[in-house]
Amino acid sequence: MSADALAVLVPVAGGLASPLVPERARRWFLLAIAVATFAALARLEPGARLALELFGVTLVPVRVDRLGLLFGYVFGIAAFLNLIFAWHVRRGVEQPAAMVYAGAAIGAVLAGDLLTLFVYWEITAIASVLLVWARGTPRAWRSGMRYVLVQLASGMLLAAGAAVRYAQTGSLDFDRIGLDGAGGALILLAFGVKCAFPLLHNWLQDAYPESTPTGTVVLSAFTTKLGIYALARGFPGTEELVYIGAVMTAFPIFYAVIENDLRRVLAYSVNNQLGFMVVGIGLGTELGLNGAVAHAFADILFKALLFMSMGAVLFRTGTIKGSELGGLYKSMPWTAGLCVVGAASISAFPLFSAFVTKSMILVSAAEQGHPWVWLVLLFASAGVFHHAGIKIPYFAFFAHDSGIRCREAPRHMLFAMGIAAALCIGIGVFPEALYRLLPYPVEYAPYTASHVLAQLQLLVCSALAFAVLMRTGIYPPELRSVNLDFDWVYRRAAPALVHAASTGWAFASARTGAASRALLQRIGRTVERWCGADGVLARTWSTSAMTLWVAALLAAYLLARYL
Amino acid sequence: MNEGKRYWLDSPENVTKLYRGIWVLGIVLVALDLVIHRHPELGLDALFGFYGFYGFFACVALVLTAKALRRVLMRPEDYYER
Repeated sequence: MSADALAVLVPVAGGLASPLVPERARRWFLLAIAVATFAALARLEPGARLALELFGVTLVPVRVDRLGLLFGYVFGIAAFLNLIFAWHVRRGVEQPAAMVYAGAAIGAVLAGDLLTLFVYWEITAIASVLLVWARGTPRAWRSGMRYVLVQLASGMLLAAGAAVRYAQTGSLDFDRIGLDGAGGALILLAFGVKCAFPLLHNWLQDAYPESTPTGTVVLSAFTTKLGIYALARGFPGTEELVYIGAVMTAFPIFYAVIENDLRRVLAYSVNNQLGFMVVGIGLGTELGLNGAVAHAFADILFKALLFMSMGAVLFRTGTIKGSELGGLYKSMPWTAGLCVVGAASISAFPLFSAFVTKSMILVSAAEQGHPWVWLVLLFASAGVFHHAGIKIPYFAFFAHDSGIRCREAPRHMLFAMGIAAALCIGIGVFPEALYRLLPYPVEYAPYTASHVLAQLQLLVCSALAFAVLMRTGIYPPELRSVNLDFDWVYRRAAPALVHAASTGWAFASARTGAASRALLQRIGRTVERWCGADGVLARTWSTSAMTLWVAALLAAYLLARYL
Repeated sequence: MNEGKRYWLDSPENVTKLYRGIWVLGIVLVALDLVIHRHPELGLDALFGFYGFYGFFACVALVLTAKALRRVLMRPEDYYER
């Protein structure tokens, strides 16, 4: 049993060891590690545990249950997909870092205590920033710096929360925490950073699109879903999350509509999809939690597929800006087709994955008496189809012909996208296979005439809105631009404030300089007059005078004593 | 590599056909509400064609709002690099 449990270390150890393997064989070595990881996960049974005593603290480095295992499986699949997709990447830090990152994420979802979770939490932060930096541009460097600061801050919050918890309860076990639990608010904030809660979200849109064509695919799978996992374990049924999640589903789609960098559009849509999961967790019902977890599973796959298709476009054309692309279906028909499968999946078309996962969350919201939240989620469902389902394929592969003629994506990329697409359709067509893995028994039937019709109405009429706005020229064109988001506060406003404060200080000290120098000189002269070589206080006094003064002083003390 | 080849979508008439096709599909789906009885999740969505109209107007509102937001939020591409 404990040997099986130790197998969770395989991907991290393999990733760390892989730079020692000669470049020719490295990708095969990493593939073997990915397969071994999967085999190890398959052997784990819910209920398995590995506990140990360290400095008087009970740690549970491995705790296997259905929730953790499900995330472990999908992380394993994502690691495998990435290896295939990035088969051409033979050198550099990228692939080893990706394996360590995946391994740390798997370790984290199987960690039974907060300290172990914290260790994996930090490994994911460090391994993932290497993927951002792998792009090698100054922009990616700065963006990665901001990214890793935020990630490490999340780790510190988690550590602080865990410490408070340990001090108050004497236990580090990672189970339901809740906001009223000791250190709960700190831990929620730590998870919230990873889940990209509103105002804590910009690291995602900032860093992910700056990574390499292959790196962004890896990034999209792990960090945010690890946050979702942690939230599902620690804070199910926390009502605040329902509203936080609802905001998360809605506000990023406005940005997604006007964003030009298509991978950044997808980053905003990551945010939007996370919102659905956060709502499901906040509802806390079996249906809601099942929906959140199932949707996380499906999301990793269709988001990987979408990021892979955009990665392939960037790889072949060297750009990913909507304003420069268009008409690529002529050059990259397979990539275009696979991208459309990803788009249909994220948009929740019947027979595609999100149709059978996201709807559980909506039904649960309606059942729990949250009509406004339900309406927001429905709005966000239409919006996600609009920006991820239509905008992404439309501006990359259709729209006006940009004149770019390139080769179809390499075969290994098509293969990886093909597997992801098959999984997306597989989940949509055979939802029971995924439902069986969920934490709670599922009684939900997605394929009713009513649900199919409602969803098709919503989607087709959203498409119609897009078509009408396009034909009438109302739809905003793709423009070379950046849009201000909350990161403006720490990228522009805060530095400007510091700058203003320091120049203000310099100005003030320059203006008052002359006056203060004159004042200092006057003080200096006064001091010299009294204490200087000829000053009254520095004069040589006669012994008799001193004796007199000492006697007077002692008499004064005596008087003071008896008064 | 595909120089000179004409694609179906290259012709504006075909794009128009596609556009009309979406209209027809949308109208048919909304009309199906008369035939298929939907089980409403809330009172509101029992209304005729609720999902269709909601989807359409939600998207129009989304795009118009986002377009207006551009006036406030949009900056040149090198804004943060300057």
